[in-house]
Amino acid sequence: MNAYQEFKIIGSRPIRPDGLDKVTGRARYGADLNMQGQLYGHVVRSPHAHAVIQSIDCSKALAMEGVLAVMTGDDLVKPGNEMLGSGEGAMALKDLVPMVMSQGKVLFHSQAVAAVAATSPELAAEASEAVEVAYEVLPVVTDLHKALAADAPILHDDRFPDGYPDEPTNLATHISLTVGDPDAAFEKADVVIEQTYSVPMCHQGYIEPHACVARADAAGRVDLWCCTQGHFAVRHYTSAVTGIDAGKIKVTASEIGGGFGGKTTVYLEPLAVVLAQKSGRPVKMVMDRGDVFRATGPAPGAETKVKLGATCDGKLVAADVECLMDSGAYNGNPAGIPAFMATACYKLKDARSTGRSVYTNKPKIHAYRAPSIPQVTLGVELAITELAAELGIDPIEFRLMNAVEEGDANMMGASYKRIGLRECLEVARNHGHYKSAVAEGAGRGVAMGYWINAGMQSSATLNVIADGHVSILTGSPDIGGSRASMALMASEVLGIPFEHIHPQVAATDSVGHTDVTGGSRTTLATGQAVIQAAEQCVAEMCRRAAAEWEVEPGLVSWSQGAAHYGDQSLTFEDLAGRAGAMGGPLTFSTSLTSTSTAPGFGVHICDAEVDKETGRTTITRYTAIQDAGKAIHPDYVEGQMQGGAVQGIGWALNEEYLYSDEGALENPGFLDYRIPVASDLPFINAVIVEVPNPLHPFGVKGVGEVPIVPPMPAIAEAVYQSTGVRFRDLPLNPPKILAALANS
Amino acid sequence: MNKPLNKMAVQATINGESKAFLCSPGQVLAEVLRDELELIGTKIGCNTGDCGACSVLVDDRLVCSCLVLAAEVEGKSVLTVEGVANGGELHPVQQKLLEHGGLQCGICTPGVVIAAKALLEHNPYPTEEQARYWLAGNLCRCTGYDKIIRAVLDAAKTMRGGAA
Repeated sequence: MNAYQEFKIIGSRPIRPDGLDKVTGRARYGADLNMQGQLYGHVVRSPHAHAVIQSIDCSKALAMEGVLAVMTGDDLVKPGNEMLGSGEGAMALKDLVPMVMSQGKVLFHSQAVAAVAATSPELAAEASEAVEVAYEVLPVVTDLHKALAADAPILHDDRFPDGYPDEPTNLATHISLTVGDPDAAFEKADVVIEQTYSVPMCHQGYIEPHACVARADAAGRVDLWCCTQGHFAVRHYTSAVTGIDAGKIKVTASEIGGGFGGKTTVYLEPLAVVLAQKSGRPVKMVMDRGDVFRATGPAPGAETKVKLGATCDGKLVAADVECLMDSGAYNGNPAGIPAFMATACYKLKDARSTGRSVYTNKPKIHAYRAPSIPQVTLGVELAITELAAELGIDPIEFRLMNAVEEGDANMMGASYKRIGLRECLEVARNHGHYKSAVAEGAGRGVAMGYWINAGMQSSATLNVIADGHVSILTGSPDIGGSRASMALMASEVLGIPFEHIHPQVAATDSVGHTDVTGGSRTTLATGQAVIQAAEQCVAEMCRRAAAEWEVEPGLVSWSQGAAHYGDQSLTFEDLAGRAGAMGGPLTFSTSLTSTSTAPGFGVHICDAEVDKETGRTTITRYTAIQDAGKAIHPDYVEGQMQGGAVQGIGWALNEEYLYSDEGALENPGFLDYRIPVASDLPFINAVIVEVPNPLHPFGVKGVGEVPIVPPMPAIAEAVYQSTGVRFRDLPLNPPKILAALANS
Repeated sequence: MNKPLNKMAVQATINGESKAFLCSPGQVLAEVLRDELELIGTKIGCNTGDCGACSVLVDDRLVCSCLVLAAEVEGKSVLTVEGVANGGELHPVQQKLLEHGGLQCGICTPGVVIAAKALLEHNPYPTEEQARYWLAGNLCRCTGYDKIIRAVLDAAKTMRGGAA
């Protein structure tokens, strides 16, 4: 039962508080701050994908007029086995430090090896070319299977994953889970589908490159401004990488120009801090677009073997899913998610799922919207659709017959509480899109998707201003409208107008610890902190009104933005204006670790048409249906669904990292790494389903990540229906489609 | 010995005001707008003319300011996102983007505002398809373009005086 059942303002669509600054160009992003006297940092990057650094000579660069500092990996800490962070950003320090700057060995092309700071960007770039690095070049491996071959070059000679104790290997992790007896269960199946599917490595593709400015003073304090999904994480990681006490580092989050998981770590920030310390001047660093592609965040490519068995009556009886994922040069931990969550949408008593990740000479992979689950879902959902077809059952019906519901357990052993998967499937089955005839020459695919959704730590501070307005400080960078959600939730509890609430993203020294904006957790968890702070404010105002009226506080009620007892009332404005005389300033701070999270589910329907002459696929109609629990601001819930669906469309049709044999990325720009543009797409019909999360006062469930999960299988199926050719390897770009059509 | 700075003096009309600035011969307009004139609303997403975040109008022509040399605007008129609103009154494109939730992170928004304004001055009756092709040079990774296109078509309607 949710604490709030009826809503006055939740679910409406007011204009976001930060909107005006963003449509007029006033909003300040990572590269938009300049500090007085700042220098410009430039990174020296490796031209080799695998090499031992024999020597680095910075003397010529440092001798140049206007060059004030140089640094190498020797200026960072020597990592041991420390683990850092949690959730999407969790990693070992020995995987983070060399990702920021190499220490002796280069494992991917464009890895940072040194950096310089100079009085202009041009001079810094020129000076970086004067840094002399001698390399012993080593053989390169970028292919997953070749990396596991006996003769593969080994990236790390000191790592032995569990169960592989003898010799160094490129296997990073191997996780396998079994419930019941899947081998015996396959014996009972009437129909078995067994296929292999693959998804390429891709990039989050945020439009804003990484950028920061750092200042260090003589007392060792650091002031850092950057675009990030989590400035507390930046403080933690920068401290860990540089050895500077976290307490001496203040991080201010700028507005952020997209992240999608890719801005939950540090790349430039520790370098700017070290250069600022060395030079005694502020240092600004802005990453080049090519380096964003070459040296940050890719999402892992993966190959998934799926074996599913069902009986003639439409019951899914066994599953065996084995996913091989790219980890890049360091351990990005992508293997656990397929092992734990591959079949999370289905009732299965007998199932096995395995995830393995492999080191290759590519950048360390990083979180990208529902990290690692779209890759494995491509295979599972396409196999489900193939199975339904073999059984002659409608694909939505087949999913309804096997979809998880409240009380079912998943591979992690947890049982689902109130979830909305069946509701989404029913909405899909009855939707006008699904009931409509498929256009001549086009095809239709459906698929569903799951994401676990995070809770984690959040804080909020609510300050009542004397005129009855309220400022709200949170530690969650606003990546897609979360300040509007925070103001709506506070307005609902306080009963004062949305426009009187002024939400801000506060720096690390101004609000309690808050984990990254990631895991679809901000509206849920930071929202809970805001709700609790607002509830504390209401309770205190009621207590003050009771004191004024000399009655028991429990007899005072709060509604319509005022305290009431009998025919007496004191409004929020009254109590705000008289705060000084009634007990002092009204300030409420809350911090929590949210355990109120609920998983998200969505169902997508896609119509696509393939031009048989050019091989181009056009998405002609697209419907995304998702359980949001309770949509706080529906525009931004729909926006997540539409944006996530289109990222999935891009991954399905075009996006792909292309590497040369030497391990250099061959398409490091938006021209050759083509993300969807407006003319590629139809409107994306977003249908919000609301099955309230019983653990959250407003019923909220995270929504941001699920929408990237169903598109790839939905599109691949639509392309099959349009062409009659089954595609199991993405992306479905024109050359691949033309080649397949020619062979069919 | 100091290297000569080799700067050029350029005069142009920026957002309706006469301005003079110094730039090096190879410097692009986007950089000068941001670093010399403090018009940080013009964003740099790629510096290769592929993303459209730096879109501005030069003598009413829509360009990527990362592909224009600053020296080229001598004597010309430049409009950036900061010059689109009329004082406190937003342009219909800005207002409709806000009303439709046509932005999430907002980094592409200045470029979208400029490009959509240019579209509607060029074609007051754009179809959905025309709006999509006109804005194909403005990459947005957050929204899937749905609410941007709706906002632009709605702004067109407003500018026509509410007529269909």
